[in-house]
Amino acid sequence: MDIIVEKVTKLYGAQKAVDNISFKVNTGEVLGFLGPNGAGKTTTMKAISCFLAANEGDITVGGLSVKENPEKVKSLIGYLPENNPLYQEMQVIDYLAFVAELHGVPKEEIPGRIREMIKVCGLAGEKYKNIRELSKGYKQRVGLAQALIHDPEVLILDEPTTGLDPNQIAEIRDLIRKIGKEKTVILSSHILAEVEATCDRILIINNGRIVANGTPSELRMRAHGDEILKVKISGGEPEDIFIALEDIDTIRSVAIMENSPGYFEVHSHENENSARSIFDMCAQSNWYIEELTPVETRLEDIFREVTMN
Amino acid sequence: MTKIWTIARRELQSFFDSLTAYIMLVAFLGFSGFFTWISGNDVFFIGQASLQSFFSIAYWTLFFFIPALTMRQLAEERKTGTLEMLLTKPISDWQIVVGKFLSTLILIVIALLLTFPYYFTVWSLGPIDQGAVILGYVGLILMSSAYISIGLFASSVTNNQIVAFLMALIIGIFFHVIFGILASSLTGEAGSVFDYLSMSTHFSAISRGVIDSRDIIYFLSIVIMGLMGSEASLAKRNLN
Repeated sequence: MDIIVEKVTKLYGAQKAVDNISFKVNTGEVLGFLGPNGAGKTTTMKAISCFLAANEGDITVGGLSVKENPEKVKSLIGYLPENNPLYQEMQVIDYLAFVAELHGVPKEEIPGRIREMIKVCGLAGEKYKNIRELSKGYKQRVGLAQALIHDPEVLILDEPTTGLDPNQIAEIRDLIRKIGKEKTVILSSHILAEVEATCDRILIINNGRIVANGTPSELRMRAHGDEILKVKISGGEPEDIFIALEDIDTIRSVAIMENSPGYFEVHSHENENSARSIFDMCAQSNWYIEELTPVETRLEDIFREVTMN
Repeated sequence: MTKIWTIARRELQSFFDSLTAYIMLVAFLGFSGFFTWISGNDVFFIGQASLQSFFSIAYWTLFFFIPALTMRQLAEERKTGTLEMLLTKPISDWQIVVGKFLSTLILIVIALLLTFPYYFTVWSLGPIDQGAVILGYVGLILMSSAYISIGLFASSVTNNQIVAFLMALIIGIFFHVIFGILASSLTGEAGSVFDYLSMSTHFSAISRGVIDSRDIIYFLSIVIMGLMGSEASLAKRNLN
C-alpha cells in the first residue's frame, strides 16, 4: 500500500510547519524521516495519520484520500505518536483490547491478536500490570503493540526507539525491518545510525522542506563524489612519502593526520581510484603499506551539510 | 454504535478505577439521604408520602457533582496526548464525544438507581403518586444530560481540569438560577424568554408530574448543542 504526499502545506498560525512537500512511499518500503527539531517531521506524520488536516495539498494512502475517506485511511494505519500517549491507569492487556475494538477487529480474533502482540513485543511479564507502573522501554513496547494490533498495512512511527536500552533498540529495529518487508513503514528519528540501519530510503527535511531524498548510499554519493582514503605507510621519512603521494596523478590532495603519526588522508580526484597507484608507488620506493581504509562520508556530515544554513 | 460503546465502557471503567465513581456515589447518596430523611424539609417534616424533598436536593447535588465528573473527560486526554491516539483511530469525533457523554450518564443513572430504596420506603409509609415519582426521575436524568453535555463542552475547550470544572459551573449556574431570577424580575417578552431558559421551570414542571414536549425539546436542545460544541472544539485542531 503506497502513500503519496502531494504538495502538502500546513500552517500553525502564520508559521509554515510544512511547506509544499511532495513524496511517495512504495509498498514494502521503510522510509526514514530525518531532520532537526521543529523541521516538520511530526507534523507530516500527523497529517498522514489524519490527526491534522493539511491546509493545502492532499495525501493518499493506498489510493484513498485522507480528506475524503479519513476513517478508511485511519483503519489502514498503525500510528505510534511522539511521546507515546497511553492511558496510564489501564492494564496492558485491557488497553490492547480497547485499541483492537476501536479498530474494529472482530471480537473472536481479539484475544489471538493480543497474544501475538504480547509475544512479538515481549510484554509477557507485563500484561497484567498497569501501564503507569511500566518503565519507559516497556511503555514504548506497549505503544508499538497498539500500533500493530490490527495488522495495519501502513505503519507510522514517530521516534519509535526513544527511551529504550541498546538491546531493546536492536530488537525494535529487527521488528521494524521484519514488518517492513511486507508493509509500508515511515519512521522518524534523529538518531542517524538508526535510520541508516533500518530504512531503505531517507528523507531529510528542514524548515518544512525536503532537502534530500534517496537511499543511504545515494545520499553519500551525492555529498562527496570523490574517494577518501586513510593510509599508513612505513619504511621511510614522512616528508618523502608525503611528496611521493602528492606526485600521483589521481590524487588531488594529501594531508598528514596530526594525531596519528604515519597516517595520511588522501583525497582522490572525482571518479578516480588511487589505491593501486599508492601500492605501486610504495613498491617502487621500498616502503610498505600498514593500513589502507576508505573513509566513508558519515550520514552525520550529509545531515549537517543539508540542514545547516 | 459499537465504537461509542467501546469508548463509554472504557470511561466508565476509569471512573471506577480512579475511585471517582465511588466517591461520587457515596457523597451523592450521603447528601441526598441526609436531606431527604434527617434534616430540613425532609419527608417526615412534610408529612406526605412523596419524594419531592429528594428531587429538590438531587437537583442541587447533581448540579455540583456532574462538572466534577466531566471536567476530566476531554481536558485530560488533551493534556496527556491520548486524544491524538484516539483521534487517529478509525472513529469519528462525534463518536468519541457521545461515548464520553453516555459513560457519565450511565454513572448518574446508577446513582439514581441506588436511591430506589428511598422510593420503596416512602411507598411503605403511605400512598404515593407513582407518576410523579417516575417523572421526577426522568426529570433528573434529563437535567443531568443537559449538565453533562455542558460539562463535556467545557472540558473540550481547555486542557486544564480546574478551568473545565469552573467553566461548567459558571455556564450551569446561568441555567440553574440566574435565568430564573431574571425571569422573575423581568416582565413581558424578556421575562418569558428567561423563564423558558431556566432549568428549574422545566424541572419543577416535570417533577410535579406534568410533562410537556416543550420541556423535552428544551433539555434535548441543550444536550445537542453541548455535544456539537464539544465536537467542534475537537475539530478545531484543523482550523487556523
